[in-house]
Amino acid sequence: MIDYLIDPAHWTGSDAIGVLIVQHLVYTGIALLVAALIGVPIGLYVGHTGKGTFLIAGVANALRALPTLGLVILLVLIIAPVFASELAFVVPSLIVLVLLAVPPIMTNTYAGIRAVDASAVDAAVGMGYRPLKVLFSVQVPCALPLILSGFRGATLQVISTATIAAYVSLGGLGRLIIDGRAQNDYDQMMVGAVLVALLALLVDLGIGIIGRFAVSPGLTRRRIRSATRPTTPSPASSALVAP
Amino acid sequence: MNFDWIGRESDTIVVLLLWHIALSVIPVVIGLAIALPLGWAAHRSGIFKSAILGTTGLLYTVPSLALFVLLPPILGTKILDPANVVVALTVYTVALLVRTVSDGLDSVPVETVQAATAMGYRGFQRLVSVELPVAVPVISAGLRVAVVSNVSVVSIAALIGTQQLGLLFTQGAQLQFLTPIIVGIVLCLVLAIVLDGLVVLLNKRLTPWVPKVVHA
Repeated sequence: MIDYLIDPAHWTGSDAIGVLIVQHLVYTGIALLVAALIGVPIGLYVGHTGKGTFLIAGVANALRALPTLGLVILLVLIIAPVFASELAFVVPSLIVLVLLAVPPIMTNTYAGIRAVDASAVDAAVGMGYRPLKVLFSVQVPCALPLILSGFRGATLQVISTATIAAYVSLGGLGRLIIDGRAQNDYDQMMVGAVLVALLALLVDLGIGIIGRFAVSPGLTRRRIRSATRPTTPSPASSALVAP
Repeated sequence: MNFDWIGRESDTIVVLLLWHIALSVIPVVIGLAIALPLGWAAHRSGIFKSAILGTTGLLYTVPSLALFVLLPPILGTKILDPANVVVALTVYTVALLVRTVSDGLDSVPVETVQAATAMGYRGFQRLVSVELPVAVPVISAGLRVAVVSNVSVVSIAALIGTQQLGLLFTQGAQLQFLTPIIVGIVLCLVLAIVLDGLVVLLNKRLTPWVPKVVHA
């Protein structure tokens, strides 16, 4: 495995290890960005208004059961004929990655908003905040720890599934595992597996550090409490009234 | 959809389904057996709690395909050995359930524990006959997540070549043929729903005192 890593041939060309790492991160980044654009507004809307709660729970559970490998292959077979170029496998893979990243982001945004202390919202309303101001100045900052943990789950899921998508020719570190398996090159597989695991751990650590800086220090008290029962909205939150 | 193909291949599909069931269920059973004492330890001690939850959280971070590749040299198994899949999924199950068991035991009301103590329940006996039963709803919620996600993760092992429904996906990809893929996805979904239902049923059986609430 060390021999594989120090061989300069594996660090140059179109499938150099560095290139694969960057590809993996780019796909992950794109998928997360698109998923955030879809999941965060829906989560905020449902959390703030309380409308469509059943939809969120149902979608999240159904998607967890979907076998990701089958989904990627199915979409590639269906979509591939539409595109001529490299996009034939990039687009379906990205669709699956987005599909998997939306539920954790959406449900955690929703749960975070619902779990905000109702008295904090009441105070903001009493001070004359308009609904949007309540949402962005009070509810979102208070919900940030849970929203970030949703992103954390989504990121892990995406990094893991992007590895699998190498089977349908997507770039990234999964290439090393899939190609290694095809060529019976166990060293190559090991390198791929170790690098993917390290990448996941480092990205996870990074999000944790971002959370430490982004979350208001005034929330630390709430964070400890919410850590024990993360998705249970406080019972008082149903009394939350948006004017 | 090519229904002739399904008829011709039905024997193979049944074998793959049985393997899939075994590979999804066995890790949950072993995982629960390991997670119960670990979760109890995390619940009891503050220092252990962050250590245990931190380690298991770290294990959960490792992508499944990577774990399937990394385990054989550690376990001394062949890469095609189903034991790799069982161990990998057990690791994920433990990682998920330790937190759940600890949360479940945390959720037991102090009054309940005090009442049990006053009635003469002590230590292990109180844990098994009072605290664990009261924690069952929380633990079974975690168990549902573990069972359902295992069904999906098992199929990924097809990329290594292990026998289960995931092989229908790789077969479909090689033949550019949709039928096996659709059959595989449908069977995975049905299996997930059935196993999820079984956990819900088991939870109801184990907690007869919980009032039947109609959920909207």
